[in-house]
Amino acid sequence: MSKITSENNDEKVYFFDKPENVRLILRIFYSLCVLLLVLDFFVHRHIYVYFESVPTFYALYGFIACVVLVLIAKVMRKVLMRDEDYFSAATQTKTPENEESEH
Amino acid sequence: MWLADLPPFIGFYAAALLLPLLPAKTRWLVLFVPLISGVSLFLNSDSLQAVQVSFMEFELQLMRVDRLSLMFGYLFHIAAFLALLYCLHVKDLLQQVSGLVYAGSALGACFAGDLITLFLFWEMLALTSVWLIWARRTPEASSAGLRYLIYQVLSGVLLLAGTALHYQQTQSLAFDYIGLDGLASWLLFLAFGIKCAFPFLHTWLTDAYPEATPTGTVFLSAFTTKMAVFALARCFPGTELLVYIGAAMTCFPIFYAVIENDLRRVLAYSLINQLGFMVCGIGIGTALALNGAVAHAFNDVIFKGLLFMTMGAVLHRVGHVNGSDLGGLYKTMPKTTWFCIVGAASISAFPLFSGFVSKSMVMAAMIEAGHEYLWLMLLFASAGVFHHAGIKIPFFAFFAHDSGLRPKEAPANMLAAMFIASVLCIVIGSYPDVMYSLLPWEHDYKPYDITHTLTQLQLLFFSALAFVWLNKQGLYPPELRSVNLDVDWFYRKALPAVSSGISHRLSVLKTQARDLTSNWYAKLPDNKSSSSYSITQLTKRMSAVLVLLLFVGFLARVL
Repeated sequence: MSKITSENNDEKVYFFDKPENVRLILRIFYSLCVLLLVLDFFVHRHIYVYFESVPTFYALYGFIACVVLVLIAKVMRKVLMRDEDYFSAATQTKTPENEESEH
Repeated sequence: MWLADLPPFIGFYAAALLLPLLPAKTRWLVLFVPLISGVSLFLNSDSLQAVQVSFMEFELQLMRVDRLSLMFGYLFHIAAFLALLYCLHVKDLLQQVSGLVYAGSALGACFAGDLITLFLFWEMLALTSVWLIWARRTPEASSAGLRYLIYQVLSGVLLLAGTALHYQQTQSLAFDYIGLDGLASWLLFLAFGIKCAFPFLHTWLTDAYPEATPTGTVFLSAFTTKMAVFALARCFPGTELLVYIGAAMTCFPIFYAVIENDLRRVLAYSLINQLGFMVCGIGIGTALALNGAVAHAFNDVIFKGLLFMTMGAVLHRVGHVNGSDLGGLYKTMPKTTWFCIVGAASISAFPLFSGFVSKSMVMAAMIEAGHEYLWLMLLFASAGVFHHAGIKIPFFAFFAHDSGLRPKEAPANMLAAMFIASVLCIVIGSYPDVMYSLLPWEHDYKPYDITHTLTQLQLLFFSALAFVWLNKQGLYPPELRSVNLDVDWFYRKALPAVSSGISHRLSVLKTQARDLTSNWYAKLPDNKSSSSYSITQLTKRMSAVLVLLLFVGFLARVL
């Protein structure tokens, strides 16, 4: 990994290094969100399923779905998360045992 | 042109045999194999003949041409071309050769007209693809490859058993609609289900794909699972059970994807999520749904391949793809970043990108079939896939905090492959009729109308807003170096623990038994020959035996 040089060309400032650029992108993003919400009241949507008749159903559902997804995933982490070498550690401890049993 | 009449797999197999003989500088010629074969398939699609060979008492159909097999035939050619271009810089011939045979086997399987031919290529898919994992040459890859092979061969055995039973019951080997009734069909269903990564049978995929070489995963993501989708579409369209299985497949992997650190494993989970949409479409079984499943398989190979390519490029340059240790790569890998964003937009079904025009077909068919709550599940999965594959992958790899890594841009051939895949994603997304005209069933579906575009944009933008909000609140789970337990825990941890427990008990029992017998043995009088073993002792014993014999003889006479 000698190809990777850190702290080499730090004098160059990239686009997202400037906080004002990040803020600009986020502002554009927020205003698009607002625009999409407002459009929902002016554009006539076809209603196929009765849930859809809730105003701004898709926006609400998308937001809530993702928050719920992340919160459940965080709880799952408590149960399912293990050390990085959880599986490989097991094979390492097993090999000496196997060697012993062969003698 | 007589070459066009040959089944396409022959060209791939022949090329794999010849490739090692070529000088290293002319190996790029291998690109012409999928190119010529694919173009000739496309041009001659109307005049292709069925190819049959006799094998024992069976007539094997090596080439069975209809719109479904042609669609997958084109797809596998495109995937093979992209993957071969992507791995052109690799000096390890093992990968290119096994990749070629693997792609050829997928083509053989998708043009198979009977179950025996399907079985042969089904096993070839397993045997050739495992080398793409082993080619990584790490201990993890070698054991993951072995587990992968066990699963794949198990699927093959089930397929063979199902085929034999099906033949015995119906005297037919046709690779056609079978439907779920009876043991034979269940065996076939399970065989396809393993390769299609049904829930609880999916861990071979999330275990092995991230352990393969950077280029190997691109091959792997294209063929095996799509072949399973194809087989399900042939044999089990309209099977109600598949709708529920598919809906489960769309939802459970996204939870894992959110907390997974290895970004290629995130993609492996999202691959299962995308397969779920296809399986749902097959389960519904209407023309629109089946077309949607096939179209989504077509698009998924390209955009999932593209995403795996971008992560492969990162792996190639940085040496790992752990989200916890990446970030800021856009600074020195801008092209790869753009390609990744195109792949992310396609998989999240942004309007004008390819996922939009195919996923919506399945969703629309779901409503038509009256599965409203399952439709809500798919909508949840659509939001979720944007969350983990659409935002998480590009964000943590290329943006997020600056990791200080300044790797070089990906090699030219990798960039070329990613560029072609990106163009395909955008072209199919913007001019869906290019692909729709190839779809197997008659349909009339228009993806772009104001309702659909607006609702999809709302869904995606507010999913993104949730990501931004959670990040700002500090609620978003940070990328941590970790592994997450999945079903494979049962056979990687629990089963070995149980079996080593049993063998420990047995060995304790064995030593106890040995001690017991040796104690008992030690209590016997010492009768080994030694210097102290005197003549008098011998005489005493001989006379004792004589008396005993006389007594026994006397008893025998009296009684």
